[in-house]
Amino acid sequence: MTMVSDTPKQRFRLGMLVYDTRYRSITIQTVVGILFMAGAWWLIDNLLSNLAQLGKSPSFAFLWNRAGYDIDQTLIPYTNDDTHFRAMLVGLANTILVSVLGCIAATVLGVVVGVLRLSKNWLIGRLMTVYVEMFRNVPVLLWILVVFAVFTDVTPSPNEFRVTESMLAEGIEPKASKIVFDSVAITNRGTYIPKPLFERSLGAIHIGFMPISLNTLAILAVVLASFLGWRALLRHATRVQEETGERPTTWWKSLLVLFAPITLLLMALGFHLEIPELAGFNFKGGIRVSNAFMALWLGLTLYTAAFIAEIVRAGILAVPKGQTEAAYALGFRPTLTMRLVILPQALRVIIPPLISQFLNLTKNSSLAIAVSYMDLRGTLGGITLNQTGRELECMLLLMLIYLALSLLISSVMNVYNSFVKLKER
Amino acid sequence: MKKSVFLGTLAATALLAGFASAGTLEDVKARGELICGVNTGLVGFAAPDANGNWQGFDVDVCRAVAAAVLGDASKVKYVPTTGETRFTALASGEIDLLSRNTTWTFSRDVELKFTFVGVNYYDGQGFMVKKDLGVTSAKELDGATICIQTGTTTELNLADFFKSNNMSYQPVAIQTNAEGEQQYLAGACDAYTTDASGLAATRAAFADPENHVILPEIISKEPLGPVVRQGDDQWADIVRWTLNALIAAEEYGVTSANVDELAKGTQNPEINRLLGAEGNLGEMLGLDKDWAHRAIKAVGNYGEIFAAHIGESTPIGLARGLNAQWTQGGLMYSPPFR
Repeated sequence: MTMVSDTPKQRFRLGMLVYDTRYRSITIQTVVGILFMAGAWWLIDNLLSNLAQLGKSPSFAFLWNRAGYDIDQTLIPYTNDDTHFRAMLVGLANTILVSVLGCIAATVLGVVVGVLRLSKNWLIGRLMTVYVEMFRNVPVLLWILVVFAVFTDVTPSPNEFRVTESMLAEGIEPKASKIVFDSVAITNRGTYIPKPLFERSLGAIHIGFMPISLNTLAILAVVLASFLGWRALLRHATRVQEETGERPTTWWKSLLVLFAPITLLLMALGFHLEIPELAGFNFKGGIRVSNAFMALWLGLTLYTAAFIAEIVRAGILAVPKGQTEAAYALGFRPTLTMRLVILPQALRVIIPPLISQFLNLTKNSSLAIAVSYMDLRGTLGGITLNQTGRELECMLLLMLIYLALSLLISSVMNVYNSFVKLKER
Repeated sequence: MKKSVFLGTLAATALLAGFASAGTLEDVKARGELICGVNTGLVGFAAPDANGNWQGFDVDVCRAVAAAVLGDASKVKYVPTTGETRFTALASGEIDLLSRNTTWTFSRDVELKFTFVGVNYYDGQGFMVKKDLGVTSAKELDGATICIQTGTTTELNLADFFKSNNMSYQPVAIQTNAEGEQQYLAGACDAYTTDASGLAATRAAFADPENHVILPEIISKEPLGPVVRQGDDQWADIVRWTLNALIAAEEYGVTSANVDELAKGTQNPEINRLLGAEGNLGEMLGLDKDWAHRAIKAVGNYGEIFAAHIGESTPIGLARGLNAQWTQGGLMYSPPFR
């Protein structure tokens, strides 16, 4: 019997694309896909032809023209003779600076608040609730503006630090003075802090557009080496303790390993601090941390920390209570229980939503323009866009950079997530 | 912000496709309203009064055009624009006309594809400082913190000025004049720089104008005037000649008070052509013969507008200076109406 070959083969008909359930979904997807592409194509074509009609065909050549404007916070060397491209990089560096510092501060604050909100201490718990609800439910822009207003209106102007001859003669104190051993000046234009300088500097190497200070590299290397040395010392002590039952004294060795190399290096480099001094209109010397930066950083930190606190709280509550009880039964103290039992398990729940918060913070940093902080949006999407009139190009570039930045952050965080997530074997 | 601008551009270009063939004049007539981009608030030039009606030197250009085109100076919708948003608004077709202290420069005219129809105020960039700072010249501003409106020519002039004088400064970029005023008064910057007329207008709004000085240096040429999109020559002509009509009216002594009388016919053929008693200049523009009559009737001639909003009898107290008629030693000069 050849039953199988006898079954009549159903011939494919066009109608089956609609009536046969095997093909229908493919048909619908294809049609919708084509319509979507056509729609997108129509928009792009429309845009390009209209731009061509205006005589503004898309071109990124403007990036290599002289920028001609100044930026007040430049992490990489920049003058108004540099190109728009370099101005963009300056903005990007400023965006990255505020985002990275914001993420770090928001995480630290968020974890502390999240843990404290679960505290059995009634007052602390309630205070943290008030903090979270206040910052979570007011737009971040308002917080940034509030912090900025506080910094500009409450702090003294540089002029109030001035000591004139007549004031000395009459023994009048200036209205404001520097703090921390007369080295930090908080003014309504920014906070001036001492700047580390080196007499025998190692110089810098230039990688592309970015000069990297060899001094910083040397210091980082020495600190890292000291830290590793210290860890090795402690491991050795533990081994000796396990073998002999007696732990050797480590405190003075620790201090020596941790601090002697760095002190020697700093002395060799001729390390000293440059103290900001009032000269002319403003303080000269030292590092100026602008109020715009402080406002943006604090605003973003406080706002995002409120969300992170909730994420941390949710993560901790997700760990069954039995785990805590078991830890207590084994004699762990609450702090140790939190550090060794609860948090490692909570982290699995915490990390994924935490990534979103980091991304939000980075994107929210484009609110910088409200306080005149020259981030990427302020340089490329603000002044460059305006002076060159290349709206489309600037916006596309801006979106591309934010997209790349966000993807970078989320991929780094995903790598970390794969470290802490539940290892299944 | 970044997204909305992009989507706005997309939407606007999609819209442009719709009316690329129709001219701005037809659009304005069909809409029955002129959409005019103005300053977000600069007393004397463009600011809402106590009743919320826009008033000012730049606003009157909008009103004159509305009167000429629509026959009613009140049929204007004002769109406040910042130094940053104004060009996007104009290029995207959101506004028909930009009358907002905008400096006529080569790159804006040529590269940004706009048409400057003329100059209604010859200005220059200056600096304002508090009197107790003890500064008497802009050359003493080395190391100062300076507030500037971002997206303006002043930003570039400032960089050039400090560079050529080998001085340094710290820029504080602000968005609107109101923000600049607030930062300057709060002491966040030592000096505020913008067009000298803008400084005078800003200072006039202070509680203590006598404690602020405008430094004598004028560091740039800032010819300010109304702007339209490039490529619609008829609309550009209408705005250009409405402005010229206001300037010419002052030269020939036509005012809002006597324009009705003079429109009946005078001995001066130039006035007759201007006001439509003779010739058909209005029809050439695509309007009727009374266009200039209506514009002058609605807002007065150039001199009247100047005196009413920014002249010496107002708190702003600007002298005519360069903005006097050419017959008085100024630069205001309308080509002949013939």
